[in-house]
Amino acid sequence: MDGTGPITQELLDIPFPRRDGSRIPYAVFNSPEVYALEQERIFRGPTWSFLGLEAEIPKNGDYKRSYVGETPVVMTRAKDGELAAWVNRCSHRGAEICRKTRGNSVVHTCVYHQWSFSAKGDLQGVPFRRGQKDQTGMPPDFDVKDHGLRKLRVESYRGLVFGSFSDTVAPLAEYIGPEMREYVDRIFNRPIEYLGCTRQFSNSNWKLYIENVKDPYHASLLHLFHTTFNILRVGMKVTTTTDSTGLHSALLVVKNQEETAEGYKAQNIRTYQDGFRLQDPSVLDMVQEYAELSTNHIQPIFPQLVIQQIHNTLVARQLIAKAHDKFELVFHFFGYADDTPELRAMRIKQANLVGPAGYISMEDTEATELVQRGIVGHGTAQSVLDMSRHKPDETATMISEGLVRRFWEGYRNLMGFSAGDLA
Amino acid sequence: MSLPLRWQLLELQEAYIAAIDDDRLEDWPGFFTDDGLYEIIPKENEDFGLPAPILRCDNTAMMRDRVASLRHANIFEQPTYRHMISGLRVIEEGADTALMRTNYLVVNTSLEGTTSVYQAGIYKDVVVRTEDGWKFREKRVVYDTSRVQTLLAYPI
Ligand code: FES
Ligand SMILES: [Fe+2]
Repeated sequence: MDGTGPITQELLDIPFPRRDGSRIPYAVFNSPEVYALEQERIFRGPTWSFLGLEAEIPKNGDYKRSYVGETPVVMTRAKDGELAAWVNRCSHRGAEICRKTRGNSVVHTCVYHQWSFSAKGDLQGVPFRRGQKDQTGMPPDFDVKDHGLRKLRVESYRGLVFGSFSDTVAPLAEYIGPEMREYVDRIFNRPIEYLGCTRQFSNSNWKLYIENVKDPYHASLLHLFHTTFNILRVGMKVTTTTDSTGLHSALLVVKNQEETAEGYKAQNIRTYQDGFRLQDPSVLDMVQEYAELSTNHIQPIFPQLVIQQIHNTLVARQLIAKAHDKFELVFHFFGYADDTPELRAMRIKQANLVGPAGYISMEDTEATELVQRGIVGHGTAQSVLDMSRHKPDETATMISEGLVRRFWEGYRNLMGFSAGDLA
Repeated sequence: MSLPLRWQLLELQEAYIAAIDDDRLEDWPGFFTDDGLYEIIPKENEDFGLPAPILRCDNTAMMRDRVASLRHANIFEQPTYRHMISGLRVIEEGADTALMRTNYLVVNTSLEGTTSVYQAGIYKDVVVRTEDGWKFREKRVVYDTSRVQTLLAYPI
C-alpha cells in the first residue's frame, strides 16, 4: 500500500571481477536497471539518508522538501517540536501535497480534494466525509487512521536530520558508527546556524561523486589552484578512516604549524621568482577552530551526506540521485551560532573555494561527467583502482584509492552483487 | 530620469556583457571600482535573507585572481555565453550614483554545438560616476536557475 515494497529484480547481478573493490564494472554507472535496484536496496533499504539540518527548521511547524533517493519527502518540525518526515504523496490519489521548497505550517492540505494532514503526516480532515444533506460520504469502514501519509523513521544526530524507510536498520547513531561519530562530533560540537544553500546538477551517476569524495589521489592533480598560485601545502598530516562497512569514511588533513612556517619561508622565495601569486590571498585565510589545525575534513556518510570543513567553510552536502546518469548536489552552508561577525564574513568569503564555482571543487563534476561520457559503449570494461592496493594499512596518505575500494566492497554487499575469486 | 542617463547605463551594461561574451575576461574587473563588490547568489537565498553565495569578490584584486585562476588553474569546458538583457530600471538616482536592476538571460553553447539556457536572473547594481565613466560599485547577480548545470566558471 505504501508503494515502497520491492520491485522484483532478483535476477539482476553485476558481477565484480574481484572481491577487494579494485575492479569496477562500468555497468554500475550507466544502467537504469541498476539505478532502479539501488532505489530498492539502498534508498528504500537498510540505510539512513540525510534530509537536511535541524537549523533549517528551527521553529515548530517549519518544513522543507527533500529527497530519499528519487522519492520526494518533506521533513517537518511538528507542533510539539518533534521531527517528522513523510513521502510527499497524498494518501488519497497520489498528488504532491507540499508545493513549496520551505515554509511554516502545522497543516498540510492537498489541493486536489483538500485532504489535510498534520505535520507528522496523520490524516486529519476529509471533505464530505459524512456526505452532505441526502448525499452519502465515505463508507462507514473508512477510518482516517488507516490513511495517513507514508511516514519515514526520522532521527537527528547532532542537528543532522536523517530519514529511513527501513524498519530494521539500526538506530542512527549506531548506523553512523563509533569511528565516524568521532569525526561528526568534531564539526557538530555546538549549535549551528544555517546560511543558505547552493545547488549543482550533474549529468553523471551519483556513485561517481561518492568515488570522488573518497579519492584524495585526484586532489592535487585535478585541482590545480594551489599549485598554480604556488601555495605550498607542506607539513600536512593525512588521516583516512572508514567505518566497519566501508560505506562511510573520513579524510582529515591537518597542518603541522612548525613545518608550515618553514614551508612559507621557502614559498616566499619561490613565489617571487615566478609569475603567479594571488593578489588577494585573504580567500585562503584560516582561523583555528578545532583541536587540530585542519584544512580539510571530508566525510561521506552513505548514501546522501558529505560533511565538509575546508578552511573555515562548513557545508553539509546532500547528494541526490536523479537518474542513472544524473545527480544533484545541495550545499548546505552553515556557521556556528556564536560566530563573530568577522568569522562569519570569512566563512562567506571562503564559499569561493567550494561549491559549483569553487576554486578547488568546480572540477569534480567536470570529472564525473567525463567518466559518464567516456564509459558509453563500455561492454565489459571496468575501472582500475590499484593505487596502494598492496599496502592496505597505509592510511596516512593522499596517494591511495583505499577508501574507494572499501566503498565498493560495502556497496556490493548491500546490492547483493557477486564477486570473482581474485583478491 | 533623464534619457541620457538611461542611455549611459544601458551602454555600461552592454559593454559589460560584451566583454564576457567576447571572452575578454581580463577587461571584466575594469568595470568595477577598486572596492567594488561582485556577487553571484541564488534567488532562494536572497529571498530568505541568507548570505551563502556561489561566488563573491569584494574588490577588484579578487576579480583579477578569479580571472587568473580561470585562465591558468581551473579545468572546465570552455563556455560560449550569450547574454540577453532587458528591463533596465533605474530605481534611485543621485548626483553621481544610481541603483538599477536589469533582467538577464545567459545561453551557453557546448563544444558539441548544443545551445541551452544556462541561467536567468536579475542584476542588482549600484553604479557610480568616476573620471573613467560609470562603474559598478556593486553588482549582485541574483539567479533564478537555482540548479547550476555542471559548474560555473565564467562570471555572469
Ligand atoms: S489526491 Fe489528495 S486529496 Fe485527492
Ligand atoms: Fe575534488
